[in-house]
Amino acid sequence: MSEPRLSVRVQVEDFDPGALQDSLLAGAAGEGAVATFTGYVRRSNEGENIASMRLEHYPGMTEKSIAGIMAEAAGRWPLLAAAVVHRVGLLVPGERIVWVGVSSAHREAAFSACEFVMDYLKTSAPFWKKEVGPGGERWVSARASDDARAGRW
Amino acid sequence: MIEVLFFAQVRERLDCASLTVALPESGLDLDALQAQLIAEHGADWGDVLGQDNIIRAVNQTVAQGNPALRDGDEVAFYPPVTGG
Repeated sequence: MSEPRLSVRVQVEDFDPGALQDSLLAGAAGEGAVATFTGYVRRSNEGENIASMRLEHYPGMTEKSIAGIMAEAAGRWPLLAAAVVHRVGLLVPGERIVWVGVSSAHREAAFSACEFVMDYLKTSAPFWKKEVGPGGERWVSARASDDARAGRW
Repeated sequence: MIEVLFFAQVRERLDCASLTVALPESGLDLDALQAQLIAEHGADWGDVLGQDNIIRAVNQTVAQGNPALRDGDEVAFYPPVTGG
């Protein structure tokens, strides 16, 4: 089997999940399954309404970290391609933040690898969210439940 | 020289995004760099950089243990991540 195609993009602009899914397939043969995940900005967090949020990251390490997670996934499951797009900057509720897509010959690998990449992205890729709500600005706290999810793998 | 970067709450609380540290001839490891930053900048930096949950990265990889630093290394201190 040839090496899977892996890609990472960190960008301010919105993205089109349909176009990303199509690009995941372009040029590859043998896919029987694509699993994708799209994350959105919630309207409230810990009981407080969110007016907007600002996402900061560590340029360079972010891409390296996500590429490492995808390479790890490709070592565990027979993937044909995987891609991550993550937005940074100012976002408002309802906007897309993150997209993960994985293609494989069969659904089990696609489902599992997609969830694995997302779980590890949440607990290790260097992004930080600062929410703006009625009480002012606050940094979002890391969740123990996210660590527990990543720890399952 | 070693470039030191700070992100998110750490950057805000230190009011500093980056600085450079000269590598002494005797060498420097990550714990010693952290202690030196606190010694040079005072108790406020000690409160921030001394937090149990602070994450330390060397050359854009999370540090395991207390690695020795080399000239040209990039070190970062940041809080637990909250992306996705």
